[in-house]
Amino acid sequence: MTDLLYSETESDLRAAVRALLADRADPATLPARLEGDGPYDAELWRALAGEIGAAGLLVPEELGGQGASHREAAVVLEELGRAVAPLPYLTSSVVATGTLLALGPSDPAAPLLADLAAGRRTAVLAVPLTTGPGGPVPTEGTATAVADAALADVLLVPRPDGLYAVDAAEAAVRPQTPLDLTRPLATVTVTPTASGTRLADADASRAAVRAGLLAGAGLLASEQLGLAEWCLEEAVRHTRTRHQFNRPIGSFQALKHRMAELWLEVTGARAAARNAADALATGSPEAPLAVAVAQAYCARVAVHAAEECVQLHGGTGMTWEHPAHVHLKRAKADQLAYGAAGHHKSALAALVDLPAPTP
Amino acid sequence: MTVTAADLRDRVRALLAAHPPATTARADFLNARFDAGLAWVHYPQGLGGLGAPPALQAVVDAELAAAGAPDNDPRRIGIGLGMAAPTILAYGTEEQKRRFLRPLWTGEEVWCQLFSEPGAGSDLAALGTRAVRDGDGWVVDGQKVWTSSAHLARWAILIARTDPDAPKHRGITYFLCDMTDPGVEVRPLRQITGEAEFNEVFLTGVRIPDDHRLGEVGDGWAVARTTLMNERVAIGGARIPREGGMIGRAARTWRDRPELRTHDLHQRLLDLWVEAEVARLTGERLRQQLAVGRPGPEGSAMKLAFARLNQQISGLEVELLAQDGLLYDDWTMRRPELVDFTGREAGYRYLRSKGNSIEGGTSEVLLNIVAERVLGLPAEPRDDKDVPWKDLAR
Repeated sequence: MTDLLYSETESDLRAAVRALLADRADPATLPARLEGDGPYDAELWRALAGEIGAAGLLVPEELGGQGASHREAAVVLEELGRAVAPLPYLTSSVVATGTLLALGPSDPAAPLLADLAAGRRTAVLAVPLTTGPGGPVPTEGTATAVADAALADVLLVPRPDGLYAVDAAEAAVRPQTPLDLTRPLATVTVTPTASGTRLADADASRAAVRAGLLAGAGLLASEQLGLAEWCLEEAVRHTRTRHQFNRPIGSFQALKHRMAELWLEVTGARAAARNAADALATGSPEAPLAVAVAQAYCARVAVHAAEECVQLHGGTGMTWEHPAHVHLKRAKADQLAYGAAGHHKSALAALVDLPAPTP
Repeated sequence: MTVTAADLRDRVRALLAAHPPATTARADFLNARFDAGLAWVHYPQGLGGLGAPPALQAVVDAELAAAGAPDNDPRRIGIGLGMAAPTILAYGTEEQKRRFLRPLWTGEEVWCQLFSEPGAGSDLAALGTRAVRDGDGWVVDGQKVWTSSAHLARWAILIARTDPDAPKHRGITYFLCDMTDPGVEVRPLRQITGEAEFNEVFLTGVRIPDDHRLGEVGDGWAVARTTLMNERVAIGGARIPREGGMIGRAARTWRDRPELRTHDLHQRLLDLWVEAEVARLTGERLRQQLAVGRPGPEGSAMKLAFARLNQQISGLEVELLAQDGLLYDDWTMRRPELVDFTGREAGYRYLRSKGNSIEGGTSEVLLNIVAERVLGLPAEPRDDKDVPWKDLAR
């Protein structure tokens, strides 16, 4: 039976991450941090990845990690989603790490995995952020819209003959201007002659990339859940205190019904996200189904919550100063990440035998 | 002393040994089960229970079902079990509990609910049915509506106005009404589907003895809230498997009839499949919370979600069926004893599900409840709370 609740350990982990982010990454200070040298806070990453040990949650202890699971990583992502924290957790600690783990015990990957687990280095899979699990993965030329590539130490590069770990110094990484400033994007070009370590052959590479992207899509749902929750709480907080027509505007049914509807969606998103995290954690054969359901549902909920948060803040929601726009941009970009709704609905159609019409 | 699952299994074995289902009349078995405290184990001793944790009821039900014992046909007596009984338990005198709970549970006496009126729906506290003191009893006049099972019922839970000069919430009293009183007239109320699940009930000079009053005079609104809270638990609480409920019917049609498939319907079906699966998971999560004693507010979400899903899925199914969607199975006026939302054909389901967002609290009222009690948003300003009922607009 799928466990859809939070364990005490998971709640303790949440409290630790939330306290750290409250101290170091308050959403209210986000807009000011977005420009200049970029949004990353290396010290914050060291605290989260190293001191709290969040980067190694998926990695077994014998490989240098915490030996926890996707359930705990999902809780971290809920908190990162609430704060829209600009950290390479999903890209490095989930997708890249998940890809390496799926290769099985292999000597060339082990030292890198240990470094990723300890937060000493970061790695990203050099495919477009839009790539969904099972979707086409380019193996030649320049990869565009690669998330968190500019800060990564290592790029995991799928090539025709297998998966390579390439030192970032050996690749041309050119930053792009992203819609979501909290998850920087770049183009990545690795010349065919660049060295790098071959980690797996073509078949193993495909399976591992698929597994890494499945974990990414599944746990992205928890980030979306946390983000939506923050947006709803902010909308409620604002409309309880904002007065127009001699009343708190949150007393108008036209507004409160919209927030009640959002609460229903967030409640559903929590069940769907927990279900996906638990299925990934237990290696359930239903994991692809659980992930497809969670992404098809949670991506839309996060966007809806962020859009409502902007609207219910009125003019304030349109300003750069208020963090609502940061959440909106992340939510909208997340909707495209690791497979859009259409990708996951197509996967679902095959998994539950609801085939498309034949032409 | 705490009752354990093992204790209950011992008691079930003793009951089955003393009253073998194969050779015991159904009514005798049910009464013996009530006496053994195995009817509803969380009720007090002597009233069909043992004061055990409610979760242990499943142990008893499973053991008895495995032994082929008859049950009390809970679907037929849902209003009694789900609404009248918990209210009588909470507010009844010892005499009332002893008189009413046993035949209610065994199904010998069916109950119905006389709450809603033509002029009091979402604003139930505005009800106008009058109860006037007459010696050691009351005389009731008025009209109730949306009463399922009224034509089968022996008793009704009834709320009526006893003080028109008090503000509306304070002038109501709760009664147990004898449906065989000559002043009770039950008329079927034909509905959108062609059949009549519900009734109108006209009360003309109905006499109710004062010892059939539940709770204090003027305290009926508080008593009724107990009933209504139990109604929402009953409506939202059923466990369903994947593709349970309406989505399963639509999915089966999709698989069985490839000639009906279009791209538009495919996308909409997949969206609804996802919504239905998420609603199922939300319900599952709620049950897991209840099992460890941390009830969340998801209960009120479930009824809202299922009302919308039932309406959207059945609407899609009518479209999917193309020419068959233009047909209806049967418009004959009937008075069904049981209601099956997923029964019959798509057209019936489409029409019946329109009631899902109205019965047991409209979706609009439930959204207010979520907004105000879960999210803590302020209530709308209102001007009906401190005004005598007789001065309200109607």
